[in-house]
This record gives sequence, structure tokens and C-alpha cells, in this order.
Amino acid sequence: MVSKSLVSITDCTKEEYLRILNLAKEFEANPHQNILNGKIVATLFFEPSTRTRLSFESAVLRLGGRIIGFSEASSSSSSKGETFSDTIRTVSNYCDLLIIRHPLEGTARLASELTSLPVINAGDGSNQHPTQTLLDMYSIQKTQGRLDNLTLTLVGDLKYGRTVHSLIMAMATFKPVFYFVSPEELKLPDDYRVFLKQNNIEYHETTQLPHAMKVADIVYMTRVQRERFLDPMEYEKTKNAYILKAEMLSDTKPNMKVLHPLPRINEISTDVDSTDKAYYFQQALNGVYTRQAIISHVLGLK
Amino acid sequence: MKEGKHFKVSAIKNGTVIDHIPSKTVFKVISILNLDKLEDKMITFGSNFESKKLGSKGIIKISDKYFDREDIDKISLIAPQAKISIIKDYEVVHKEVVEIPDKIVGIVKCINPNCISNHEKIQSKFLVLSKEDVSLKCHYCEKITSQTDLNLI
Repeated sequence: MVSKSLVSITDCTKEEYLRILNLAKEFEANPHQNILNGKIVATLFFEPSTRTRLSFESAVLRLGGRIIGFSEASSSSSSKGETFSDTIRTVSNYCDLLIIRHPLEGTARLASELTSLPVINAGDGSNQHPTQTLLDMYSIQKTQGRLDNLTLTLVGDLKYGRTVHSLIMAMATFKPVFYFVSPEELKLPDDYRVFLKQNNIEYHETTQLPHAMKVADIVYMTRVQRERFLDPMEYEKTKNAYILKAEMLSDTKPNMKVLHPLPRINEISTDVDSTDKAYYFQQALNGVYTRQAIISHVLGLK
Repeated sequence: MKEGKHFKVSAIKNGTVIDHIPSKTVFKVISILNLDKLEDKMITFGSNFESKKLGSKGIIKISDKYFDREDIDKISLIAPQAKISIIKDYEVVHKEVVEIPDKIVGIVKCINPNCISNHEKIQSKFLVLSKEDVSLKCHYCEKITSQTDLNLI
């Protein structure tokens, strides 16, 4: 296995998705494996993302690796005016793998071209967050027993939601049916509709949640953020239409699970948490196994 | 030279002729090739000529000047049907219709202000998704820059 980077979900072939998901399953069965012994992993977080950083660091530590890095740009030399390229070239001398989070788009791609080390993209602005997509896929596969021929209902901010866009691209190779539920203002961008048509993938768009809930195998919730609305009145009117409550689960399929990339604000009512449909906290745990799988995959250790 | 042929823009002895430029982009071609800053070469051009193909076209002739591939790629982005002729001693020695390449490096600015290519001193890079109605996918941020947003460096 040659070492390589994970920058964009579209770089992966179907075989690679499946390989990483199989590795994640192995790590779930046996999470503590000392395969990173003697290796140093740099977590370079140019913007804070505590959840993602801790998940990665947990994955590294469970594999017996050691960690250097920073958790926000103010504690790195970029606050002194160093260019991103220089930071990457310098830090490459100190470690065996780079995990990068940055508010600008394209940073992980650039980093992967500046260093011979593998780079894992932990989120580049609004562009890509491939490890989130893979952990979403792992959660789907684990709860449904398969990835093929599932009905996926995606709810909330479909216009700006990076996780939603990547999930659509990745799941498209598994013949899904999509239901897109969002307010008019936050509908899926045209690019994705064109992509789905070109690939003959069935999809439905609606502003109403109930029917799309009934037919779903997976309901993927996202946050509808106030700052996305030009008109604050519109936000107040629409926000309640996309809040999932326990009473709405009664008529859903027995195998249906609710996923959410977290953090949740109010779009899933807390009364859903104790139902057997709630899967978002296990999803976060799956994130650690999936990241263990990705790290060992890019380093060619498995 | 054929007898009786009437040139609206006079012939050149050596150099490059860029023909079939849509009239509305003639001045843009002049600008992206930095012809307005060219001090020692003779340049003649005309615009708003009748054209069967384009309706209205322009032509630029530059004496003793030959363009490299990057410049020709630039022309292809704003005048996709332009024809380049290399002239040596009044004869056309090479002719080509410009074609948008599959990849574009360093000549277009990414439309996305949050793209790293607009923040670091690096060359922009694009994959050409569509040549007809120009659509370029940024190698870095993966956002699309289309014909109407096209900003040449």
C-alpha cells in the first residue's frame, strides 16, 4: 500500500470507500492497536473545531501514535504572518502525517502538493470534509446492513451544507433514492441536481417533512442557521417546520435511524434522544473508528 | 498575394494575425495580450467587420511578434473561434483555430474569494468541464468559474 492523501471525497473510488469502511469495522472490534507506535501525527487546526480535533486525536492515541499541533491559528506562526505554504513545508519536517483544518477552501489540496507526507483534510472552508462523509457512510452501513438501494432523506440546510453535498456525491455510487427536505431559501444547488440527473438517480424535493420521514431508511438532519436567511421573519416562520420531534417517529420504518453531523442546536428535539431511532451519538463514536481506518489507510499500515 | 484582394487591415511581412475575434472582445484580446504595452512592434487592428460566421468580427495583426501557448490559451477563453496565422515573408506558414485546453494553469483567477489560490502566491489551476459555455472547476476549492465570471490574470 503506497501512502496517499485524503483531500476530497470525489478522489475516492467505490473500492476505496468499501476498503475504509471494512477497516473501520475492524477497528470497532479491536480499537486499541499499536500500529502508529513511533509515529508523530500533526493536527494543524487553523480554525477551532474541538469535536473534529478530539475525534482525530482519540483515533491517533488509540493507535499508539503521538500528536503535535495547534488548535487555532492564533497559536500558530500564521498569526505572525507566515504563509500557509511555509507552515506546511516546515511542519512536514516534524511528523509522519498531516491532519489539516482551515477556514479557506483548497488548503488541504495545496498542502498535499507541498509535502511528500500524506495529508488528511479535516475540513477546508465550505468545500470538503471527507472524514465526516466516510463516518456517515459507516453509520449508514452499520445500521442498515448495506449501502445499496437505500432511501435517504436529507433535511435542513441543503444549500450550504457541506456534509450533505459530500454525502450525496459519495452515496450516488450505491443507487439510492433521495428525498431533499428544505425551505425554498435553502434548496439544493443546481450543480447537484444536474449531477443526479446525469447519473439517473431518483430524487424528490419537498418543503414538507412528514412523507419523506415515512419512506426513509435514513433521516439525515442538519442545522438551519439563522444567518443564512436574508429576512429574519422568514427564518422565524420556517425554522419550526424542520424540527424533528419524538411524536413524528411513530409512522416511520422500523429500520429507520436519525443521523446528524453535530453539533445539534434545536433541530432535533431532546425527546428523540431516548428513542431507538436516535443514532447521532453512536455516529460520533463511529467517527473515531472511521478516522482510525483512514489514518492507517493513508499511511499504508493496513 | 492574390491580385484584387482588398485588405481592410493591411498585410504584414512577418508576425501574427488573429482573425475571427468577436467584435465585442477585440479590445479585451488586446488587453490580455498586453498589446497596449507593446512599444516596439507595429500593430494594426480593425473591428466591426462583416462576418458570415460571427456576424461581426475583428482582426489584429502584430508585426514581428509570435505568441506562446499560454497566450494562445488566453485568447481561446475569450475568443473561442479565433484563428491564428503565423506570417513569414507575407506567406501564411502556420494556421490554427484556437482551442480551449483541458486544463488551465495560471491564467484565470478563481471566482471564489475564499479559495486559497487567491490568498497564497500560487498558480491557479482549473479543470475545464465545458468548452462551449466555458465552465472551469478550480483544482483547489472545487468551485466553478463560468464564462460570465471569467477574470484573466
